[in-house]
Amino acid sequence: MQIKGKAFKFGDSISTDHIAPGRLFHLRTNLPELAKHVLEDADPEFAKKVQPGDLVVAGKNFGLGSSREHAPTIIKLAGVGVVLARSFARIFYRNAINVGLPVLICDTTQVDQDDELEVDIGKGEVRNITKGITIQAKPLPDVMVKILNDGGLLEHFRKHGGFALDA
Amino acid sequence: MGKTIVEKVLSEHSGVDAYAGDIVVAEIDAALVQDGTGPLAVQHLQKLGMEKAAKPERTVLFIDHAAPSPRKELSNAHKILRNFAAKTGAILSEVDEGVCHQRMVEDFMNPGEVLIGADSHTCTAGALAVFATGMGSTDVAIGIASGKTWLRVPETFKIYVTGEFKKGVYPKDLMLHFIGMIGADGATYKALEFCGPTINAMDMSGRFTLANMAVEAGAKAGLFNSDETTKGYLEERGRSDKWRPVSADEDALYERVYEIDVSDLEPTISCPHVVDNTKTIKEVEGTKADQVFIGTCTNGRIEDLRVVVQIMAGKSRNPDTRLLICPASKQVYLQAIEEGLLAKLITAGAAIINPGCGACVGVHAGILGDDEVCIATQNRNFQGRMGNPEAFIYLSSPAVAAATAIEGAIADPRKYL
Ligand code: SF4
Repeated sequence: MQIKGKAFKFGDSISTDHIAPGRLFHLRTNLPELAKHVLEDADPEFAKKVQPGDLVVAGKNFGLGSSREHAPTIIKLAGVGVVLARSFARIFYRNAINVGLPVLICDTTQVDQDDELEVDIGKGEVRNITKGITIQAKPLPDVMVKILNDGGLLEHFRKHGGFALDA
Repeated sequence: MGKTIVEKVLSEHSGVDAYAGDIVVAEIDAALVQDGTGPLAVQHLQKLGMEKAAKPERTVLFIDHAAPSPRKELSNAHKILRNFAAKTGAILSEVDEGVCHQRMVEDFMNPGEVLIGADSHTCTAGALAVFATGMGSTDVAIGIASGKTWLRVPETFKIYVTGEFKKGVYPKDLMLHFIGMIGADGATYKALEFCGPTINAMDMSGRFTLANMAVEAGAKAGLFNSDETTKGYLEERGRSDKWRPVSADEDALYERVYEIDVSDLEPTISCPHVVDNTKTIKEVEGTKADQVFIGTCTNGRIEDLRVVVQIMAGKSRNPDTRLLICPASKQVYLQAIEEGLLAKLITAGAAIINPGCGACVGVHAGILGDDEVCIATQNRNFQGRMGNPEAFIYLSSPAVAAATAIEGAIADPRKYL
């Protein structure tokens, strides 16, 4: 899977409250509407500016906080192709793969706002076209590759009639 | 080789000899969703054509985050849960029942079991030696329908606690101190196992507070031995037959061991906007507070309300500070009435909120104004958490919160004890 787009840079500790805040709780059953507010409390302009394929690039512990799957879902709905971070909170990471949003752990200090990036999810390669460098991401665990390749956990379950996570 | 609590519980539930790092498919004993995550879980199951619950009597759907509903979109979301319960026989926890995690331990969970919940603080039940962890709507939907989930068995950090708490210092202070020490991502993907003499002497309420906040260090679960205290808790709730001892083997392998002596621990506060931004009371004393909020799955139990009454008895809140108190569950609410606590709190100037999550998660009942400061007993102080990204949330024990309500600024509770 190849993704090409522009980097939107965020700092450390972007929580699920930044991504999908509790004050918009009533929009949780209206995901397209909620997606118009994605990451609003970290960058009020983000949802207006993001283009299909663009990347969210963050620091440490991205997605900490709540179990709300709405967070990765609306990042995906907003058109974001992949989220890169130095580390992810556990539940967010698992949710992202479940809903089919690619997430990669890599050294994001080598990416600045508006850099043009090209990402090969399979190889875990992040090419920073603007800077002319390649950053190697940590490979996704095998289980997660299987789920992501099936298009998320629901599709995985439908396709195999249950969990099919053995090698 | 010996096993940690997590390795034991997940081995039993997967039928394989599981150790940290293994991927297992485990049987789950119980599952929960709440009104923010449940509607999406139900919609996923509808899409899969699997609108069923493998264990309806232990599938609990909570209407607690927006209870009673403050707006029509949420009322409609609640209908999705009510319909699913009617169709599948799953248990519906209505608007009068309170916060999911408090009810799960009061009424549903037993030592050695596995619980998955579409709420990050599902780890609370770890205090009863349950492998309890938070997941998203998709994982829990599939867990509800199939009775199973996949898990990577986590490595465990052992937290060995010694010493006696000084007057005015509580398990909440210990947990805030610990998170400040290892960081909000210090235990990401790991299990925490709390043990040692201080933990053995701790009541269930304190253990729930610690287990509840395991996720604030990034952990997947926070576990305790099942001992005589656990047994007593189950006995009081008519479930003594469900008690069994659970503990790690002597030769279990831990990734890390932390030793903490609480003897010199001070009241500890977590400052905006991340939980690991902790300071001792001395460093923040005097910070003006517009609102004090006491409640939630972290510190909304009867033991917490008793401490608040102990500090506030015969006193009133500062006229410039609002005091909101929300018992975590109906059981806590009723007991607080029976013990006469609520009358005292109301007299002291508290507004009592019906059991639920509204203020904590910023949905209703306690939303902060711009630039306002709130001292809260919950587990999170993220920007926007209480409904307004322009506000500031400090986390503390119920004792600090009560002293703050009296003075109108962050205050040391020890002078009132
Ligand atoms: S009380 Fe707060 S932290 Fe606990 S379940 Fe409710 S919203 Fe979540």
